[in-house]
Amino acid sequence: MDDRQTRDLTEKQKIYWKKNTRLIQGLMVIWALVSYVAAIVLAVPFHNISFFGLPLAFWFAQQGSILVFIVLIWYYAKRMDTLDKEFGAREVILSDQSTGKEVSH
Amino acid sequence: MSAETLTMILVVLTFGAYIYIGWWAKAKDTSSFFVAGKGIPAVANGAAIAADWMSAASFISMAGLIAFMGYDGTIYLMGWTGGYVLLALLLAPYLRKFGRYTVPDFVGDRYYSNGVRAVAAIATIFISLTYVAGQMRGVGIVFSRYLQVDIIVGVLIGMAIVAFFAVMGGMKGITWTQVIQYFVLIIAYLIPAVAIALQLTGNPIPQLALTFSDIAQRLSDLQLELGLKEYLAPFQDLSAINVFAVTLALMVGTAGLPHVITRFYTVKSVRAARYSALWAIVFIGLLYTTAPAIGVFAKYNLINSFHNQTLDQVRTEAWVPKWESTGLLQLEDKNGDGTLQLTPDAATNEVIIDKDIIVLSTPEVAQLSPFIIALVAAGGLAAALSTASGLLLAMSSAVSHDFYYRILKPNATEQQRLRVSRIMIFLSVLVAGYFGIYPPGFVGEVVAFAFGLAAASLFPAIFLGIFDKRMNREGAVSGILIGLIFTFVMILLMRSPQIFGTEEPILSSFLGINAQGVGVVGMILNFVVAYIVSRATAAPPAEIQQMVEDIRTPELADSPGQAS
Repeated sequence: MDDRQTRDLTEKQKIYWKKNTRLIQGLMVIWALVSYVAAIVLAVPFHNISFFGLPLAFWFAQQGSILVFIVLIWYYAKRMDTLDKEFGAREVILSDQSTGKEVSH
Repeated sequence: MSAETLTMILVVLTFGAYIYIGWWAKAKDTSSFFVAGKGIPAVANGAAIAADWMSAASFISMAGLIAFMGYDGTIYLMGWTGGYVLLALLLAPYLRKFGRYTVPDFVGDRYYSNGVRAVAAIATIFISLTYVAGQMRGVGIVFSRYLQVDIIVGVLIGMAIVAFFAVMGGMKGITWTQVIQYFVLIIAYLIPAVAIALQLTGNPIPQLALTFSDIAQRLSDLQLELGLKEYLAPFQDLSAINVFAVTLALMVGTAGLPHVITRFYTVKSVRAARYSALWAIVFIGLLYTTAPAIGVFAKYNLINSFHNQTLDQVRTEAWVPKWESTGLLQLEDKNGDGTLQLTPDAATNEVIIDKDIIVLSTPEVAQLSPFIIALVAAGGLAAALSTASGLLLAMSSAVSHDFYYRILKPNATEQQRLRVSRIMIFLSVLVAGYFGIYPPGFVGEVVAFAFGLAAASLFPAIFLGIFDKRMNREGAVSGILIGLIFTFVMILLMRSPQIFGTEEPILSSFLGINAQGVGVVGMILNFVVAYIVSRATAAPPAEIQQMVEDIRTPELADSPGQAS
């Protein structure tokens, strides 16, 4: 990345961003495993495994994946709250001017 | 009281509430008109996103589609909910931090180009227009069935209502109207589902009734017996590659839809943006986990109410002739044995059920009270109207904010901009109504187009704009153009019978991927081309790189724990 021309981020901001992206990556892996791997790629073998009244593949496809999506977003919001607190984040919205022309910080 | 009278009463009551709220929350300045003054609480925004997002298609058609597709119906279930994970984690907090009005605002500023802004605005208009035509049609159908008026009259009533609260209230009015509409539509969806779950399985919670009873297995066995496909088995209608591609296209398309993204600008803070994504998927998940249960229950009930029943017996049920008269249900005793048979062969099959009647007819098939039938009608209208108003606003802001103000006349006053916005909404309503009355034959097909387009154009541009600081104007423009042109051409070729009237599709699939999923290939092309071109050209200006960093990270206190 070309960092030279910009105002340097503080060390803390770099760590914050790294922690944020690592959290996102982890959650995206689970997202892909649940929706694409469990419900689609493994649909044929999972069809023969019974999950209560349903084949496991069908359950993942039509119920389980949606429940996992909800948990993922909940966990992300909670973790980011903790991260914000840990790092003492202040809410600054870049442009609240209706003109929207200038980026102020 | 008859179902028709009750419907009339419920519709008048709910519409009265919508209009009152539109008037109560009327917008006085551009900020409240475009982004509701940025003061919407996360829970309310979540409900508004849910109502905005769940259209007549989700409410009326989806459970029916699933009932006919079985396992493969998952493309809609996972596709339309999984996109919220992308939105919540990858886009929403950063767009809120950026803090403007529209999607073209972000893309145009991030890539320092009015050309990119214009492309994003055109994509917004196209996507929204496609959708809104279907919504107005949905309103017309619900009215004509339950109020026994002409479909054109139904569309005109819908137009008047939407125009009133959208023109008056702007985003603020629409948000609060949509909150109410969410509760109307979810109650209308859940009550019959609970009643039928209880009837069929003894368990009142549809999600649990589906998982912890043998009803789905019974339906699957029943279908096999009739020679239909096994309901629970994967890849009966669609190949595995298509289930994969369409699911991904719908997910990414959802995350790229302008009218949904705009909603994240309306909350107070970045934190509220994260929580409104959470509330949105909770509210949406409530309907989306119920839909597969309704699909199974309704299909099971329908098969049992027709198969091997005598025609005369079936027609004594009041709802049967009513749906027959709409043409959405067709019964014919072809072999003259006095009873009806469901078969997989069109020549001998004696029962044709349109997928769109599954949800609407469910309460009647299960013999629930007329009040519930009326409630379902009001819910379908709430779903269609809330989505229509969100789309109209997205369309009109693309024209009035992005074209008129940001490109054509940057020194326009607040008053001028508000006036242009209101005129644009009014014009959009007329266009939407026209398409509702004279639907272009390919509307249903073009929904795939809208998602493919959003997935192949807007999503990569926004995503790279946040996560790749080195991404520049040249990369973004060439990526968007490649993604857009590829997807556009592919869909034209694959849908040529509907669009050009050719006998056979010019192209049947791209590497086995059908028109609904081909946006994924466009998206991949977009990413690859954008990356290569951006690395071959100059880095974006320093102030743009600065902006990206400001979007990514909050200001931090000097030492840990000093939150303010």
